Amino acid sequence: MRISADQGRCLGAGQCVLSAPDRFDQSELGLVEVLDPEVPEGDEQRFRDILDLCPSQALSLEA
Amino acid sequence: MSVLPEYPQARSCPFHPASGYADYAPVSKVRLYNGREVWAVTGHAEARQVLLDPATYSSDRVHPHYPALAPRFESARKVRNFIGMDPPEHTAQRRMLLSSFTVKRTNALRPRIQTLVDGLLDEIEAKGPVADLVPDFALPVPSIVICELLGVPYADHAFFEHQSRRVVTGSTTLEESADAFAQLKAYLDELIQRKQREPGDGLLDTLIAEQVATGGLTRAELVDIALLLLVAGHETTASAIALGVVTLLEHPHQLAALRSDPRLLPTAVEELLRFMAIADGIARFATADADLAGHRVRAGDGVVVVIATANRDGEAFPSPAAFAVDRGARHHVSFGHGVHQCIGQNLARAEMEIALGTLFRRLPGLRLARDLADLPIKEAGGVQGVWELPVTW
Ligand code: HEM
Ligand code: HEM
Ligand code: SF4
Repeated sequence: MRISADQGRCLGAGQCVLSAPDRFDQSELGLVEVLDPEVPEGDEQRFRDILDLCPSQALSLEA
Repeated sequence: MSVLPEYPQARSCPFHPASGYADYAPVSKVRLYNGREVWAVTGHAEARQVLLDPATYSSDRVHPHYPALAPRFESARKVRNFIGMDPPEHTAQRRMLLSSFTVKRTNALRPRIQTLVDGLLDEIEAKGPVADLVPDFALPVPSIVICELLGVPYADHAFFEHQSRRVVTGSTTLEESADAFAQLKAYLDELIQRKQREPGDGLLDTLIAEQVATGGLTRAELVDIALLLLVAGHETTASAIALGVVTLLEHPHQLAALRSDPRLLPTAVEELLRFMAIADGIARFATADADLAGHRVRAGDGVVVVIATANRDGEAFPSPAAFAVDRGARHHVSFGHGVHQCIGQNLARAEMEIALGTLFRRLPGLRLARDLADLPIKEAGGVQGVWELPVTW
């Protein structure tokens, strides 16, 4: 699975960066940037929980 | 017809939600001060459902259907900024500010916040006990931080702290809040005009250069945004710091656990946010008919999301009434959820971590100088907390 981010929905709360600073960053404009989209097998639930914290539903997991 | 419970209800303990509507979970009708009946959303899943759906549950504070939770909300209808707007209008304004509130930018403020906290504690130690931590510590930290961030002279703090307090206090009358808003607006308008002539280096100066000068915002719009940031930036966080001290002192085993492992500080702050829920509840109104936990909500109905009880929902948080510094749960709704989720949340976290961590490290014998039961509690329907916090060490 891969993490997909929609900058059009992001409102810069930074929850993703707090959860996984190795995976997410924020651009100069304050919008989400995915540093590494690969979700290792077995780690899907951890990432679903992280994505669920995003208040603007800007993040999803794709096959 | 049975009598509906009232919203809001005063807390009897400053860190526990009022018990009066917990029996009505997850969604029920309550009565506001003016007799209006609205939906109280007390369940966690239902709170998220409402907050994630701004198309159905509007934040438009100017709209007559937007419920006034207390008399002073009526005068808020004259202030137009993104906390009271729906997308896409909301989104355009919020995005103008995002770059100043990223995790990186707020972390860069940490050394400055640390210096500030150390300086305040030097003064408290030099004066000796008893200290009232509200005016001497909890209020000046966020107040100075938001002033520096915005470019508002801290020398004016007594004025805007007083006026902001009148804006966010539950018992403030309509006339008082209208006057407080008018005074804050006049002050900020003058400040912004002065900055247009003599630019500084705060966020307001950036917004003048990037937005007002290019037609992206009018000066009046910037005044209302500045008002939001100034009020939201210090009253909430000041309450959270002061009530955080009380909550930790009243849970000595948890405080001891935190002291023995300072790495727990971020999760302890997160748990304080969940547990205290200082923004007790937030209002919306339905723009269309909708189903909510089996109830039929009608277009025009008012809705209040009761943050304090959503954070104590056993479905979402095991043993919800227990305060546990190692809980590690970030899905509380203390900063809201959805598009309006607090823009200042990472700044608030940084201020709480540094203020509370440093206070308990430097004053290991810290204790209340008055019984918990005798601390004056903030009124229902406003930011929750204590008015005074006398301590000794
Ligand atoms: C421009 C001005 C305002 C700003 C920036 C502002 C901002 C905030 C923020 C960020 C919070 C915490 C989150 C929330 O509960 O919404 C808050 C809480 C609150 N604000 Fe405001 N607010 C403003 C105006 C008002 C006005 C005009 C009123 C009332 C007339 C008001 C009443 C409240 C209340 C009651 C709470 C706590 C909610 C509760 O505990 O039930 N605010 N405000
Ligand atoms: C512990 C401290 C704080 C708490 C509990 C808190 C709580 C909240 C809540 C619940 C909301 C959502 C309101 C809604 O959905 O209607 C909110 C929004 C907001 N807060 Fe905070 N807040 C805190 C600190 C701050 C700080 C430090 C700032 C400013 C620097 C700030 C600025 C704002 C703004 C501008 C909004 C409106 C966001 C939007 O509508 O998009 N808050 N806050
Ligand atoms: S959590 Fe969501 S809204 Fe917040 S920065 Fe990340 S993607 Fe954007």
